[in-house]
Amino acid sequence: MPTGPSEASVTPPTAPPDEGAAAERPPATDRPPAADRTAGADADAASAARQQADDVSDSKRRVDNAADTEPLLRVTGLKKHFPIFGGLFRRQIGSVYAVDGVDFDVQRGETFALVGESGCGKTTLGRSLLRLTEPTAGKIVFGGQDISALSQDELRPVRRRMQIIFQDPFGSLNPRMPVSDIIGEGLLAQGVRDRKKRDKKVEDSLEIVGLRRDYTRRYPHEFSGGQRQRIGIARALALDPEFVVCDEPVSALDVSIQSQVLNLLVDLRRDFNLTYLFISHNLSVIQYFSDRVAVMYLGKIVEVGSVERLYQNARHPYTVALLSAIPEADPRRRKKRLVLKGDVPSPAAPPSGCRFHTRCWLYEKLGNPERCTTEEPQLRVLETGHTSACHFAEDVSDQTVSQVVATQSVLETAVADPV
Amino acid sequence: MSDPFLAPNAEPAPEEIELRAAEAGQDYEVQLQSLNQWQLAWRKFRKHRLAIVGLGILVVLVVAAIFGPILSPFVFNDIPKPDKAVYAGRPPSLSHPFGETGGLQRDVLQLVVNGARTSLIIGFSSMAIGVLIGTVVGALAGYLGGFIDNVLMRIVDVMLSLPLLFVILVASQFFGNGNVLLIIIIFGVFSWMGIARLVRSLFLSIREREFVEAAKAVGVRDRRIIFRHILPNAISPIVVSASLIVAGNIIGEAFVSFLGFGVNPIYPTWGNVLSNALTFIPVGNWWWPLFPGLAIIMTVLAVNFIGDGLRDALDPRSRA
Amino acid sequence: MTETIELHVLGAPPSDDILLDVRNLRTTFHVMDGDVPAVDGVSFQLRPGRSIGIVGESGSGKSVTALTIMRLLDIPPAEVGADSEIWFDGKELLRMPMDSMRKLRGNDIAMIFQEPLTSLNPVFTIGDQIAEQVEIHLKVKRKEAWDRAIESLKLVGIPSPERRVKQYPHEMSGGMRQRVMIAMALSCEPKLLIADEPTTALDVTIQAQILELLKTIQDRTDSALMLITHDLGVVAEMVQDVVVMYAGQVVETGTVEQVLLEPRAPYTMGLIESIPTVDKRGGRLSVIKGTVPSPFNLPPACRFEPRCPYAWDLCQKVPPELYQTDKASQFARCHLHTPAGENRRRAALDIHEKAMAVGRDMRGPG
Repeated sequence: MPTGPSEASVTPPTAPPDEGAAAERPPATDRPPAADRTAGADADAASAARQQADDVSDSKRRVDNAADTEPLLRVTGLKKHFPIFGGLFRRQIGSVYAVDGVDFDVQRGETFALVGESGCGKTTLGRSLLRLTEPTAGKIVFGGQDISALSQDELRPVRRRMQIIFQDPFGSLNPRMPVSDIIGEGLLAQGVRDRKKRDKKVEDSLEIVGLRRDYTRRYPHEFSGGQRQRIGIARALALDPEFVVCDEPVSALDVSIQSQVLNLLVDLRRDFNLTYLFISHNLSVIQYFSDRVAVMYLGKIVEVGSVERLYQNARHPYTVALLSAIPEADPRRRKKRLVLKGDVPSPAAPPSGCRFHTRCWLYEKLGNPERCTTEEPQLRVLETGHTSACHFAEDVSDQTVSQVVATQSVLETAVADPV
Repeated sequence: MSDPFLAPNAEPAPEEIELRAAEAGQDYEVQLQSLNQWQLAWRKFRKHRLAIVGLGILVVLVVAAIFGPILSPFVFNDIPKPDKAVYAGRPPSLSHPFGETGGLQRDVLQLVVNGARTSLIIGFSSMAIGVLIGTVVGALAGYLGGFIDNVLMRIVDVMLSLPLLFVILVASQFFGNGNVLLIIIIFGVFSWMGIARLVRSLFLSIREREFVEAAKAVGVRDRRIIFRHILPNAISPIVVSASLIVAGNIIGEAFVSFLGFGVNPIYPTWGNVLSNALTFIPVGNWWWPLFPGLAIIMTVLAVNFIGDGLRDALDPRSRA
Repeated sequence: MTETIELHVLGAPPSDDILLDVRNLRTTFHVMDGDVPAVDGVSFQLRPGRSIGIVGESGSGKSVTALTIMRLLDIPPAEVGADSEIWFDGKELLRMPMDSMRKLRGNDIAMIFQEPLTSLNPVFTIGDQIAEQVEIHLKVKRKEAWDRAIESLKLVGIPSPERRVKQYPHEMSGGMRQRVMIAMALSCEPKLLIADEPTTALDVTIQAQILELLKTIQDRTDSALMLITHDLGVVAEMVQDVVVMYAGQVVETGTVEQVLLEPRAPYTMGLIESIPTVDKRGGRLSVIKGTVPSPFNLPPACRFEPRCPYAWDLCQKVPPELYQTDKASQFARCHLHTPAGENRRRAALDIHEKAMAVGRDMRGPG
């Protein structure tokens, strides 16, 4: 049984404390020191350019390596259904099919994104991977080990290797616990009994995320949203994980703080060779940050591919609509958007056949083909590394999209949903 | 200060500007001192004037209850003036600041002070029993859920439907007259249900909060989750509830003693003093029921104010 | 406000082609810990039929600005500055008797809020709520008001409006409710529509629906639009002019092209640099260090100075005004745009250019 993370496994880059650092110009040849990760700093132009080069080649390397080795995480047939109780005797009258049959792989070192809107099941999927929510069915193989059926005790040592960062910086920290305990109790639970060791690890973790070492005695209410999110990241990192689920880590933060935390995540990824499962509804952030993307709709994955591939050549009508809907902060790119009709169906009553057909512009354009209402499309390979779950994926092209956009009526987009 | 727009246009070197841009900034400094939540809570409590008043009153009462009976012990058989029983008592005077009772001419101050000891002990002890039982029951029901939750809550329902008064009557009959310990136990056993429901709902809601999930994600075991995560966040409503229970039980005891089913007259309580005073009101012995009555009112008010203050002080959302 | 404001002589009303003229708006909240200057000297104008975006993060004062214009604030604890003026359609709003203000509200000026579930009354059907408004403002009978309600639902693209009109808010989805809010807001054909974060709580595809709807309707009814948001993408889509707010002050104004493509205030520059986009892939996001200052502890001169990468000692001594930049209609509250900041300005714009070019190699041409 592993006795806990070794002290030597993490050596934080030496860093000047963040308040006096002013004069020291980061030397152009070294990696930017940890000081850059503080809430304040940013590397100067030369170092930033180097940074850019590092990340570009890192990303390429990550995606290239993807196909070669065994995946770090392999998920097959994952389902999570929540029962709905009702009636006089509180029997189960239905289910919310939050996650309804999902398969994917995550390669070591890559950043795999899950994107979708409310009700698509991405958050539930993230929680299920860590068995914070027990899956209803399916298999999760992490690092070659099937963790889907392990008991909580058996799972504990695995937890050290797979961690999670939560969305809400205010709710994810216990207001009654000091920072040292919040970050340290994971170590305690993993068997690090020596208090000094734990304290050092806690302080190291704080420093890595750009906070001061002496913050250990403080309480969450004394920190801002961005700082609390960093504490949450420190908590996850303290255990030296290999795999981190990031559940909307920047969505609850102000725009000017988001970039601070994103930069931190980028640095950590590089310094500790982390594999991320990045969950978000914000496609712009995902496009900036991830290597591959899986688009989810109503509990299923509808398209998977690299970020570039999806951006240039999306092959599922939902992905196209999602991309079209992103408002870009560039008034020159004002375009007529592809507007989907109606609202997202309830995950308790998904449409028959293809779940998306009730809102699908392609379905309409092709004259309501019967196949879409009767047969549920499976993810099929269109090119290497690009899969899509649509019977008519080949018909998705820029041309069809512009035709649809030209003729759509904005006012008829609220379809009568079964209320 | 000279007009900055006329100042010589000092040419900053480009590096200087870039340097400023590259400067390792500080985390925006946290203004609050590092207080833990108990210190913060005390600060907030202090601002609540009524709560401080209540605390003051309670302190006075507790001191009186401790030292009064030492200075002036009440002995039931010790009748002040055995030869001169009068019908009506005597109003407050210098030697008897609260006056004297009718009948046996006891000193009302002595009665009130000794009564304080009994009443306060009953109030606080029964609360302690109630909170202990209630917290354990509520925590088990809320955390474990399912069958256990169902069983425990049905027990709560049954207990709530039993009439406290009736039980005291019956118990009084069977177990001898007005044993203080008995009264404490009975009141304790009848005040845990509200706390149990409260704690159960607190556990149900806190259990779903993200920081509990986060603790599970790093491998924290159930026991620690209950005691270090959920309970500390449930404390404030429990404390507030507890303070209300004290008030309720003190009144409750006064009530049953007043009716004659409470504490044995050997031990004075505010309630049984009031009971004796009842018949003498028509002859104008206003001081006899007044002072014990005032004592009850003051205690209940004090405890309620403290409860209010605690509620605000312990609420993590209100500002210090 | 029931007291008349003394000691201030009103300025001249604006010219006829200006619908809304906010002059030196100051709204302060008196709270237990002190005074919060939520809006501190904000001025801007809006012409009929045009749209303006008020952009800012939390604590910038953008929502309070809208609420002050609508006079929806409780006067203690809020206090509006004695020399603030808000002119709408030739009338001054802050000194108007409340009755007249109520006639204006919903009729000439309408507001849409962020979370429609809480702004709609849960115990009345949506038909009741729209009809009530129509009845009060247009003084028509119940039956006609009801018909108009159905019309307005059609106008916002809600299908089967005859059926929907009898539904309750909780029976509808978020996007549908927001349409109802828009229907209510437009039912009396207002001259000005104020939308406070109308799509923040919605999914992105629903947001697209609502934004397209707002655009279409604005075209059709020719109302002016004041859109309050923190989302620069929404602003780029929807408005012609932009006002950027920070810590209660206006820090930049201009057309949407100017402000978003060529920002001149360091705050705006930082914001735009820090937005993650696919263009910046592979590069490092620029960061605005620090956090928004607490309203009780504002920096003495320029409020952005502690976080500003280009600040120098002048910025701690003299509060900057809104200076005109190199473009005639663009203004920025920054000393860089004064003669004293001439050289620094060039260097700053350079740095901004470089920060925006981050990641370009990855994208390649096109």
